[in-house]
Amino acid sequence: MKIFVCIKQVPDTETKIKITPDQNGIDTAGIKWVLNPYDEYAVEEAVKLRDANAGSQVWVLSVGSKTRVIESLRTALAMGADEAIVVNAENLDNFSTAKALAEVIKAEGGAKVIFSGKLAIDDNASSVSQMLAEFLNVPHTTVVSKFAFNGENVVVERDIEGGAKEVVQMMTPAVVGANKGLNMPRYASLPGIMKAKKKVIKEIEFASLNIPASDIKVKYSGFALPAEKPPVKMLAGDSSAQASELVKLLRDEAKVL
Amino acid sequence: MGKVLVFAEQSHGNLKRSSIELLQAAAKSGNTVVAVVFGSHAGDVTAAAAQNGANEVHVVKDASLDSYNPELFTANIVSVVEKVQPSILLASASSTGRDLFPRVAARLNTGIASDCTELNISGDNVTATKPMYSGKCFAKANFENSSVKIVLMRANQLPVAAADTSKSANVVEQAAVKPDLKTLIKEIVKGASEKLDLTEANIIVSGGRGLKDAANFKVLHDLADVLGATVGASRAVVDAGWVGHGMQVGQTGKTVAPTLYIAVGISGAIQHLAGMSGSKVIVAINNDANAPIFQKATYGIVGDALEIVPKLTEEFKKALHH
Repeated sequence: MKIFVCIKQVPDTETKIKITPDQNGIDTAGIKWVLNPYDEYAVEEAVKLRDANAGSQVWVLSVGSKTRVIESLRTALAMGADEAIVVNAENLDNFSTAKALAEVIKAEGGAKVIFSGKLAIDDNASSVSQMLAEFLNVPHTTVVSKFAFNGENVVVERDIEGGAKEVVQMMTPAVVGANKGLNMPRYASLPGIMKAKKKVIKEIEFASLNIPASDIKVKYSGFALPAEKPPVKMLAGDSSAQASELVKLLRDEAKVL
Repeated sequence: MGKVLVFAEQSHGNLKRSSIELLQAAAKSGNTVVAVVFGSHAGDVTAAAAQNGANEVHVVKDASLDSYNPELFTANIVSVVEKVQPSILLASASSTGRDLFPRVAARLNTGIASDCTELNISGDNVTATKPMYSGKCFAKANFENSSVKIVLMRANQLPVAAADTSKSANVVEQAAVKPDLKTLIKEIVKGASEKLDLTEANIIVSGGRGLKDAANFKVLHDLADVLGATVGASRAVVDAGWVGHGMQVGQTGKTVAPTLYIAVGISGAIQHLAGMSGSKVIVAINNDANAPIFQKATYGIVGDALEIVPKLTEEFKKALHH
């Protein structure tokens, strides 16, 4: 069976964000780009599923600037994915990205299971998996921390509010959004990295997918850094004095009690 | 002026605070406000929805909608949207909202802005501001090519005034749409705590490695019980297996925005600071005076968390019972 993993390349979590002078984005100079952390769980689960089901293949797919995104696709290949595709595009929103992913998956003959991270840590939107599922007319579950496949259906555990979990069964094909806790992503082995370097990554131009310009629904502007906070007020005295002073300040000065 | 549709969430027949925020914001915009409520208890919250600004309440009173199913909820929301024809749809960025509305947007061929912290409605138009990179910066989401502009707001971001008990609303009952489903919710396993989720909590007490041992999280739970707070954690202690991932605050955990965030024994990695910097008041307790957490904190205490936290718990007990 064919398993797809949709991944995104994002700035490393250590990155200090700078805004461009026109305030329409972030300054990407000097940013270290990485595979979105939640997508690592998606790749790992896809590879495990492939290994447990003879004759299966893992295809990893990303939409973005091809010169850059190829690096994250190679990371996924080094972790064990079999094939990789990049859709070369810039400045898409979640809607048009999901459309592009759906078009490519359909054109490649579809998939039994499609994994992705539950969200990308750059825009924190958690939208693409659900939109992709809708465009493919298949079910989806996001925030998944346990996955099983019985040949017909998938059964997943979804983390919901207050530490509760839902056990969800979906008919395949299905889209699964991976959460932390699903597995422990493997480190790419040296032979894996060498093999990944030799793989041919299929390139598709976004324009060739004939997705209309009206499929861009949201544009972002007015990027700004958070307001500076006033300096911290350090509390003096022994622990009893500090405790009573803090409670007083929270009640009388900050007025949050 | 157009119509604003608000997806109102309820819990045990009570309207959630996050939904009250949305109803009041929608009412302030001068648009006609339509609330939609799902489930067998949907009828219980029509009065509350009206008193917080709804001119009309669509009630889909059906037990099949008591628990969330993405396919079922999508079909039912789309059906309400087609009837009401709103220009704006507001919902909470709750676990249901975040999962549901992107799919709704795709089916309606329209745009969505998720996880927003500011909302600006002007007539039929809406812009929303949302944190990017877990709060390292902010950006405005501008809608294009969108018949219904869908905005998911994070909880605790909008002011809430007292409900106006003199108000009532037109109640429209609607039968549930029942499509063939490929998704089956087999079971809901209750969580360990009945407390509010971190993303909704008004007060968060969060612990890090400075607590030295998993068992010492008990002092945080004691403090949280007194404050009615939810307990969070740093990535270090989640990775060490002291607590579950659902408690992690930060760039690969939850982005939170409570009124009060108390960081105990957390040094403040950039990823953690990003996740909690939206908090209104931040208290840091750490034995290292140079810990980066103090750069983000409103109030700082240098000292041993295990000594200070129990004293704080006692002080809060006194303060809150007088």
